[in-house]
Amino acid sequence: MNRFEWVNATTVDQALASASGASSFKAGGIDLLDLMKDGIASPSRLVNIREIGVLNGISENDTGLRVGPLVTLTQIEEHPLIQKKYRMLSQAASHIATPQIRNMATVGGNLLQRPRCWYFRSEDFHCRKKGGTHCFAQDGENDFHAIFDNRVCAIIHPSGMGVPLVALDGRVEIASKKGKREVRLEEFFVSPAADMMRENILEPGELITAIVVPGTDARTAYYKQGEKESFDWPIADVAVALTMQGSRCSKASIVLGGASPYPYRAKAAEAKLNNAEITEANARAAAEAAMADATPLAKNAYKIPVFEAIIRRTILRAAGVTAEGVAA
Amino acid sequence: MADEDQKRPQSKAPAHKAAAPPTDNVKLQAGIVSAIAQADAMAEVSRVVPAGEPVQLAPNHELSVIGRRVARLDGPMKTTGRARYTADVYLPGMLYGAMVSSTVPHARIRSIDLSKARAYPGVKGVYILQHISDRAEVRDKKKETPSRYPIVRFAGQPIGGVAATTQAAAYEAAKLVAIEYEALPFVTSVEDARRPDAPAVYPAPAAMGATAGGGGGDEDVPQKGNVRGPAVGPDGKGRGSLERGFADAEVVVEGDYKTQVQTHCSLETHGVVADWKPEMLTVYASTQGTATVRDELAEIFHIPKSRVRVITEYMGGGFGAKFGAGNFGVVATALSKQTGAPVKLMLTRKEEQLSSGNRPDSRVHLKIGAKKDGTLTAMQLVSYGTAGVGTGAGAAGPTQNMYKCANVRTEEYDVFTNAGPAAAMRAPGHPQGCFALEQAIDELAENLGVDPLELRDKNDEHPARREERRIGAQLCNWSGRHKAGADSGPVKRGLGMAQSVWYRIGDTNSHAEVRIGRDGSVEFMSSVQDIGGGIRTVLAQVVAEELGLAPADITMKIGDTTFPQGPSSGGSQTTNSITPAARNAAFQAKQLFLEDIAPALNVHAEDLAMREGKVFAKDNPANSLTFKQACGRMNTEEVSARAKRPDDYKEPGAHGRFITYGGVHFAQVAVDTETGVVKVEKVWAIHDCGRPMNPLLLESQINGGVLQGISYALYEDRVIDRNYGYVLNPNLEQYKVIGSRETPEIQIHVIQNILGLSSTDAGGIGEPSKVPAAAAVANAVYNAIGVRVRSLPMRPATVLAALGKVKGMSA
Repeated sequence: MNRFEWVNATTVDQALASASGASSFKAGGIDLLDLMKDGIASPSRLVNIREIGVLNGISENDTGLRVGPLVTLTQIEEHPLIQKKYRMLSQAASHIATPQIRNMATVGGNLLQRPRCWYFRSEDFHCRKKGGTHCFAQDGENDFHAIFDNRVCAIIHPSGMGVPLVALDGRVEIASKKGKREVRLEEFFVSPAADMMRENILEPGELITAIVVPGTDARTAYYKQGEKESFDWPIADVAVALTMQGSRCSKASIVLGGASPYPYRAKAAEAKLNNAEITEANARAAAEAAMADATPLAKNAYKIPVFEAIIRRTILRAAGVTAEGVAA
Repeated sequence: MADEDQKRPQSKAPAHKAAAPPTDNVKLQAGIVSAIAQADAMAEVSRVVPAGEPVQLAPNHELSVIGRRVARLDGPMKTTGRARYTADVYLPGMLYGAMVSSTVPHARIRSIDLSKARAYPGVKGVYILQHISDRAEVRDKKKETPSRYPIVRFAGQPIGGVAATTQAAAYEAAKLVAIEYEALPFVTSVEDARRPDAPAVYPAPAAMGATAGGGGGDEDVPQKGNVRGPAVGPDGKGRGSLERGFADAEVVVEGDYKTQVQTHCSLETHGVVADWKPEMLTVYASTQGTATVRDELAEIFHIPKSRVRVITEYMGGGFGAKFGAGNFGVVATALSKQTGAPVKLMLTRKEEQLSSGNRPDSRVHLKIGAKKDGTLTAMQLVSYGTAGVGTGAGAAGPTQNMYKCANVRTEEYDVFTNAGPAAAMRAPGHPQGCFALEQAIDELAENLGVDPLELRDKNDEHPARREERRIGAQLCNWSGRHKAGADSGPVKRGLGMAQSVWYRIGDTNSHAEVRIGRDGSVEFMSSVQDIGGGIRTVLAQVVAEELGLAPADITMKIGDTTFPQGPSSGGSQTTNSITPAARNAAFQAKQLFLEDIAPALNVHAEDLAMREGKVFAKDNPANSLTFKQACGRMNTEEVSARAKRPDDYKEPGAHGRFITYGGVHFAQVAVDTETGVVKVEKVWAIHDCGRPMNPLLLESQINGGVLQGISYALYEDRVIDRNYGYVLNPNLEQYKVIGSRETPEIQIHVIQNILGLSSTDAGGIGEPSKVPAAAAVANAVYNAIGVRVRSLPMRPATVLAALGKVKGMSA
């Protein structure tokens, strides 16, 4: 780990003023410190934002839910309001990492994690994301890599919160010295084709100040499938939000994690459900449609049947239909 | 501890008599004692018992302390953080060390520039290794081009180390050691390394000395390219004639089985604090062998063993990888010698995963022939596996030693690859071997149309396993097991079982001393180390039983080579090796003590007994003193006795027998056939280990073995990038180890199998508890889905491929 300077900010303005080209904001520090220990990030200054009160807190108003970026994953998991009205967020938070990490990790930090691709994380590989010329996953050990949009760089986006937040059409409020802006999360994430060196649109010196989720009466469900249940990254995860009109679905939002370099909106699957009844057959058709255009690498085609199963089951679970033979 | 166990039951055991006279025909009781046994089967056996041995202990239910659920004496120290592990040792003026390791998989080192590292603020010493231990070496040195530095043969190979005033400075300075490499071609997989044109890991035949508890092996094994073998199995190259055996067979099963590399993942990494002083080298080490570390350092640094002191107060796991000084230990000691200050050097998790050992992978081809009545006629095994730059990848043990079969032949081949060397790991070769053998036996049973337990009853003569099968079948309702793949719906349940074989290994270089002081204190001393199994507590129980005291009354002084030499802890030998020495020392100390205080009670020493904290006349218990009062009447400040473990008692006229432990696991799994996820729901682990000394500690070790076995079955896998030769998951995030949500319900039953072989008849459990776990899960998976998964780990990708659900992939 490199030597660095430490600045404790207590207000947003102070944090923004302390930011410089080679600085990083530090919230929970879970990913940042790992990146520094592994020699992948070497900021010369850490601006600690953990003590900034206005970046914390969970509230609701007429338009929806407002979550401070410093809210921990444990708080999201346990907050009664979120458990009641935005349950998918609490479900997703409860399956991330370990209880100890969830106690420290913030929702803002979760959205901003760098990829967990083992080539990116290894000091031994200078991959495209680190300024190199090769994606080592292409002809390497790609069991856990992307099955969509994976030809330039095969990372999967690691954010467990990004998947349900995109499905709920969440937004982030962003501040910098230049002012404020607000961006839909779906447009927040960046593909490697658009910009190899980052996974989101955040510019240096910009800080997420809030995560906003519109109020919803959609029926939702989230499911994460790892090789393990405790402390594992997903092979596949899925968030489903179904707006129902009577027995028909008027709007389906289906977002996949573990599939592509960003939370992947499964538009083909959504199209299958729009104006359709939620039945086992329709859910199956939607799940298969979601995977129709997948381009798996040599060792990760197994993800396709896994996705097909969990997309189908999660659609049915969101709609309150019990999947055959599987406990809801 | 349960209430019932805290009460001291009135012992029905006869009061301890004086030592049995030397005789070559002592009648002892031996057999299986089991709460669920059909009948306790104790019978009289004849043994040659050395002079001076105490009389045989009664079965456990008649004893006061041995066999009871005594809680770990050091439990409170560990749970409150007061136990001092190696990493917790801080000495005055201590420096912090960091390793320098290779960043390429195969290379000749052209030059090493230390100037920048030496100039880094806080750096006090830099050391470059002249020799790398714990890996194979070219046998004929003339066949390798001389090199100033050891050839780099895997990425992460230790090169040297740095000592500095802070840990951070040491890590930074280690990165500044500039190494110029001349890259050599490399190979990392068994399949690639077996090709005739594969890059040579060693330019000529290589060998690695055998290590305690497995690993390494014989010198004179043929080698062609990277393939070394066949190594000779534990029972020779086999027995009988395969040709005849397969000619006699009416049914044959044949299959290929594949297992992965597993790493030890001890919570505490390897490490030492080395303190070189002209008069004495003191080393605090996280080790399974205080004495083996002492001996190795004495040899490497050319000092007498008497001037090396190795201390292991507490240990955070070893599983077979922590016997020697290690390259890191040599670096730390050399740096301490160089700087004149103590040096602490603990491996990082990455270094631990890359260079400190692993369980080799395996590719096993197994063919078994049988008569229609189930009689095995022939077994043939050919295995290839890689121990990286080391040796010891065999997997034939179970096939050689589990079943009765007249015609057996096994060939084990080590395949060198440019990967970190293997080390002994909890039953070397056996989880791999059982994964193949026990699935093949199940497959044979299915082909024969008989129950898998019935087939084993026919071919397995081990009395303990027979009983264990019966008990397990009863506990798990085996008779209610459905046919393979019979469940409807996508999630299918299955029940399966598999057996263990492991060997009664003991070390007669196991010494213990017991002292009784005039103030009533009792001390136990041996260099034996408690690596987590709980030997500290078991030894206190043994001494307490002999002296009629409670375990907490004994001051335990272990894990320090200042004390009489104890065994290293490997091969499941610790309890077997040291408890007889402990009992004998306590017994002899008691004799001296009773002789000393007998006049105070006006009786002869042989008429005295010690029980429940009292010394009393056997024929008049009212004539008694408390133990402490009695000590106060001693005519000397201290009596002490030291004993060495004798050989196992033998049958009259016979040589030592080849004795194995059994162990049978039953597993219930749920397999999601759409996601390929296997969940182990329940395990029944039925075991024997001679006389169970402390069921609480045994259950703890068995839990660990079952969990490490399931973790091996389903999750763990060291992944190396085949194109570049780097391990991709040298951490505990992407190297996946079982967690709380994967932990099944585990029901344990341990039988007493009294063999009449030593003064305690204790055995070992560490290894047997892991051996059959993965195989039992595999057989349960087959019972669930009706498809055999012959490759580990049984992760979703593997299971879905076996089910034919992955396009372009099959199992």
